[in-house]
Amino acid sequence: MHGLKAIFKKELSDHFSSYRFMILFALITMVSLIIAYMVGMTMREELASMAKPKYVFLMLFTSRGGLFSLVQFIAFFGPLIGLILGFDLINRERNEGTLSRLLSQPVYRDSVINGKFLAGVVTISIMMVSIVLLITGLGLRMAGVIPGLDEVWRIGVYLIISIIYISFWLGVAILFSILFRGIATSALAALAVWIFFSFFVPLGATIIADALVPDLNPNNPEAIIKHAKIQKAISLVSPMQLYTDATGTIIDPTRKTTRTVVLMGPLEKLSQARFAGPLTIGLSLLVVMPYILLLIAITAICFAISYTIFMRQEIRSL
Amino acid sequence: MENRIVIETEDLTKVYNGQIAVDHLTFQVREGEVFGFLGPNGAGKTTTLLMLLGLTEPTSGKARVLGVDPVREPIKVKGMIGYMPENMGFYRDLDALQTLRFVAELNGLPKQVAEERIERALRTVGLFEDSKKKVGAYSKGMRQRLGIAELLIKEPKVAFLDEPTLGLDPDGTNRMMELIEQLSQERKMTVILTSHLLHLVQRICHRVGIMIKGKMVAQGPMEQLAKEKLGVGAEKYTLEEIYMKYFKEA
Repeated sequence: MHGLKAIFKKELSDHFSSYRFMILFALITMVSLIIAYMVGMTMREELASMAKPKYVFLMLFTSRGGLFSLVQFIAFFGPLIGLILGFDLINRERNEGTLSRLLSQPVYRDSVINGKFLAGVVTISIMMVSIVLLITGLGLRMAGVIPGLDEVWRIGVYLIISIIYISFWLGVAILFSILFRGIATSALAALAVWIFFSFFVPLGATIIADALVPDLNPNNPEAIIKHAKIQKAISLVSPMQLYTDATGTIIDPTRKTTRTVVLMGPLEKLSQARFAGPLTIGLSLLVVMPYILLLIAITAICFAISYTIFMRQEIRSL
Repeated sequence: MENRIVIETEDLTKVYNGQIAVDHLTFQVREGEVFGFLGPNGAGKTTTLLMLLGLTEPTSGKARVLGVDPVREPIKVKGMIGYMPENMGFYRDLDALQTLRFVAELNGLPKQVAEERIERALRTVGLFEDSKKKVGAYSKGMRQRLGIAELLIKEPKVAFLDEPTLGLDPDGTNRMMELIEQLSQERKMTVILTSHLLHLVQRICHRVGIMIKGKMVAQGPMEQLAKEKLGVGAEKYTLEEIYMKYFKEA
């Protein structure tokens, strides 16, 4: 890989010295800390109402202190991190005339895009890890909760899924920065895709499910299930839904399925209440594995598309 | 000049979106020559250079640079040629030193060799004092000279200079021309340059090629072209007259 290391190093130092990264990092840290603080404040009350609290540490990430939980926050705004880091990676170099200079050096064209993508992924990883560490520290300090080994593993898996998720959005942003010459255009396009998947698809899923199953009689469980299934199938188009499902049982071991509606008879309900043990991490992983794989797949596909287009572009039009 | 052939093309053709940019181009450049590549804008000069560099694939035809096929081994060719593109840009936030270090790293030069070459190159182009200044603050002339420094770091045998004097003031143009002469005379580099400043081309080029609408309409030493076209002996012509004659015919 000619030049990959040099390009990777340069891109990484570009990221870390850019104001954009610093502002983004400050913003995300600020929000995370606010959430963690609010969760910490309300946690005591929540704990008091629980008979046998388990996974207290994970509650720092999952419980909705004020508005939303940290996990929800990342699901929603994580994409922006990827988009902001990537939307001008290629077209800025094109516009400033540095790309043709770079490519006239003895480097493979793949090294340019690989180096940029890798540097972005590393930046995202560092950002996410430090946020989680910050919150952990705050949790230790404020609530005095110490994570168990199992919880540490779960957080680790959660981090990896989050990094893949945000990297997917980085891939989307890079794709647009290859497709469009204008930096504002690519930023806008990336934003549009984000809004489409984050707001439009969930809304559309509900509307379509309502249209297909108009009669939602509480006494007709089949209709309810059908409604839920349709809604789920459509909303899975959105990477945000994929991510929420993928992290669902990982970060919350008491959830046993990614389904939203579960039909239960009275006896089942009873046994559920009696023997409601949390899932082991292995089982949790098993439940969400399809979602994780899908998330990796769409990230890979997105990167592959950018890669192919970039490799075929005529230098003259660069 | 009976030196060996460094660059040769045979029926090199490039078609962009149905338009012929370079049309069956056949020409040669010998070692140590300064070859002036002339022609109106959009004649296909830059496209030709890009094909020689392996940055663009020819639609048909063959090219060889120092005996290497740029289509098959673009990395090898790019390592041997110093290319200064037209309207080149630099990373504005790096200083000259960082810029050159990055280029050295891209070329896989060992650190010590790189540092030596960087210092020498910066002194040659007269940017040593400004090497800690951010390139964003450089004037156009300084940036063009940094481009030459970047090229020197590779110590290439062949240099492609695409409009090296574009947008420079008279003093900058002169310095650039002196630098190019220096590359050719002291370092024995083979130089292909494109320019519209015909009196300068006349001053420093050994041979010229005139390209119009993708075709090379004339190539050779200027005296020869003058004799062919204007029917006058050496001394009594300017390149401008020759060029305009060809241009009007085409």
